[in-house]
Amino acid sequence: MSPYDGSAPETVAICRHCAAPIGGEARFFCCAGCEAAYEAVRGLGLDAFYERRRLDNGLRPLKPDADPGFDFRSRVKSSADGIHELHLMVDGASCAACVWLIESIYSKDTDVVDARLNLSTSRLTIKWRGSADRAGGLAEMVSRLGFRLVPFDPSCLDVAQAQEETDLLRATGIAGFAAGNVMILSVAVWVGVDMGPATKDLLHWISALVGLPAIFYAGLPFYRSAIAALRGGRLNMDVPIAVGITMTAAMSLSETIRSGPYAYFDAALTLLFFLLAGRYLDRRARGRARTSATHLLAIGARAVSVISSDGSIRRVAPDEVQSGDTVLVASGERIGIDGRILDGKSSVDESIVTGEALPKDVGVGDKVYAGYVNLGPALRVETTASGSGTLLAEIVRMVEVAERGKSRFVAIAERVTRLYAPVVHVAALATFIGWYFWMAVDWQVAMLHAVATLIITCPCALGLAVPAVQTTASGRLMRAGILLKSATALERLAEVDTVVFDKTGTLTSGTPRLIEPDKIPPDELRLAASIAASSKHPLARALAGAVPSVPAMANVIEHPGAGLSVDGIRLGSRTFCGAQKMSSGAAGGPEIWLRSVDGKLTRFEFADVVREDAARTIAELRQRGFQVELLSGDRPEVVAAVAGIVGIPDYHAGVTPAQKAEHLVRLFSAGRKALMVGDGLNDAPALTSAHASLSPASGADIAQVSADAVFQGTRLSAVIELLDVALTAKSLVKQNIAMSIAYNALAVPLAIIGMVTPPIAAALMSSSSIAVVANALRLGRGGVKKWTR
Amino acid sequence: MDSLIVLIPISLIIAAGALGAFLWSLRSGQYEDLDGAASRILFDEDRPKTPKR
Repeated sequence: MSPYDGSAPETVAICRHCAAPIGGEARFFCCAGCEAAYEAVRGLGLDAFYERRRLDNGLRPLKPDADPGFDFRSRVKSSADGIHELHLMVDGASCAACVWLIESIYSKDTDVVDARLNLSTSRLTIKWRGSADRAGGLAEMVSRLGFRLVPFDPSCLDVAQAQEETDLLRATGIAGFAAGNVMILSVAVWVGVDMGPATKDLLHWISALVGLPAIFYAGLPFYRSAIAALRGGRLNMDVPIAVGITMTAAMSLSETIRSGPYAYFDAALTLLFFLLAGRYLDRRARGRARTSATHLLAIGARAVSVISSDGSIRRVAPDEVQSGDTVLVASGERIGIDGRILDGKSSVDESIVTGEALPKDVGVGDKVYAGYVNLGPALRVETTASGSGTLLAEIVRMVEVAERGKSRFVAIAERVTRLYAPVVHVAALATFIGWYFWMAVDWQVAMLHAVATLIITCPCALGLAVPAVQTTASGRLMRAGILLKSATALERLAEVDTVVFDKTGTLTSGTPRLIEPDKIPPDELRLAASIAASSKHPLARALAGAVPSVPAMANVIEHPGAGLSVDGIRLGSRTFCGAQKMSSGAAGGPEIWLRSVDGKLTRFEFADVVREDAARTIAELRQRGFQVELLSGDRPEVVAAVAGIVGIPDYHAGVTPAQKAEHLVRLFSAGRKALMVGDGLNDAPALTSAHASLSPASGADIAQVSADAVFQGTRLSAVIELLDVALTAKSLVKQNIAMSIAYNALAVPLAIIGMVTPPIAAALMSSSSIAVVANALRLGRGGVKKWTR
Repeated sequence: MDSLIVLIPISLIIAAGALGAFLWSLRSGQYEDLDGAASRILFDEDRPKTPKR
């Protein structure tokens, strides 16, 4: 597998390093960076990486790009024993082979004491001896292979979140240990009919010894949450749980002391174990989705080059730039501030802000915003706003405001609890009063029956009903490439009756594509593609992509903002090729012209094409009874064309981000529950204002952060899968709640008349939990019902 | 029933050992990267050794 062993590359070649398709008959690499990276990996004897890795087409190719210019040295933490430590976030490490490659590279360096990459969180920690100045060099060993590295401060991470997860897991382990041991002893008591009273007391005392500390420790998460809720004057699921387990533990202890038969330690511990396990799984699934969202944001950050008055260049963080500073934006760099162009002429990719897929030409005096990417030559920009003053930050604030509004949504479990908790406590009180006054028994006996009522109604199945379904649903969706981010997203998605699509990047693929390549003379097409192959301009890429097997031509000169030339042949804009007098096509899309040596002109037209399955998906949604709308900031005629292709009669064009959000609020006040599907930064406020939202993984980072769910890949049918799973989940949650209430309806009368003995309590509670979990697992495999509105 | 006096402590000690192992593994961070651990095992046997020169 070496480029030097004489084997000829395949006809449709892919780059040996980054696996991106290349047009080349005698090439192994798409660019010099990839070739250098391949050499470096081979030089270390680690080329097994290329056989071992698992390629995922949804991810960014492993193509080395420009140095982001971070100051790694200042992020090094040195300890007294001469060991330096650097924490990095890694983008591009997606499989086991990447972990192996990165760790192996560092293990070959004698200075490095330890290097560990956490695949779940994509965080790399390097520890080394010697000079702290090696930080940059060490980071470069990996970044030159195409993995993007961003330094981060571990203290800024959500430590509390990680700690909470660990605490939950520890509590689950302890509850499981105690439940298992106490259950062994309890079974002996239940079946041991000829057991002497002394032996039974001994077993009860041992159960108490093991069970009480465990109940106390494992119950802490519930006590804390219940107290917090009561302080706020609310009731949550944890209030009846906390009351139930406390009463159970107290009564079981008093029964043990009095040599009574009613010790329920096993029931209380099993309950805790099931509840904690459900809660841990739930937390982990959501924590993972959140981690990937923060990771995306951090990866986007780049240092900004500020030109000082003496002409020297400083690299500073984007929010430290002052208004009035002159900033240099290199070719291919993302602009970090809002400003006005002082010098230079270029084209910018503004897709992150406006959703517009095609580059816009800019010159002196034009305004540029943070998030734009400079596609042409370097620009000098005078800063007008930075950090929280930028348009980008403004949109983020709109998102946050809308986010707060959404937190009013009350999850179904909470609504049930609000009814459930008072009923349970009144029933227990009534049991006590009934036995004490009407049946005139001792208060201890009356208390015993009241507590038995509390234990049996303790919402074990109810507490598991929702997390079990949510965990299976998010697992199923994750396998389908859909990442669920919000806890209440599934319930909100299940109520959706209207689907609102954005155009660019959502219904369309968001990248320009050559239209009607068959009508262009093949010789001209091949010539143009081979010239275009050496440029990074989006239109040139699209042209080269149309003829993948063509090799890149050598000696191509790039004229920034105009086009490419080689040996008297020109490829580029209308004016660059002298084609001003030629007529343009009907569609009026962006174009490139080719002028051959003898002056012959050929026109290539591009369009942002509609996703392959868009029309099918929308037809199916409409057939199922969902209302479908299209909202776009683009020109009316373009929007009308796309709406016609995919079949959406209800469309709005030329809508600003704020109007998009308003439209969704209007829909909501009209009683319609809308699912917004959008990708751009301009969609972010609308995504948050919508009842539920979905964003493609190719979208802007901020769109992904504000959406409830993110889907990977190019298929729009993810929308249907998501809605189907959400509706199935909703029906399973309802079944589960019905089932646990049915268990209670059976058990509460038994408890009130004093028939619930410890074995009956244990059997009822465990079987109801298992039934609920088994029902939830049905969502994990097999097909889901095709729901209609 | 005398055997209970011996057997119950033994069973509790064994179970406590398992619990201790779990708490130790939790404390030493073995639950922090479940994805990485699952795939790392595939390549461990031919992990490059430090050169013996």
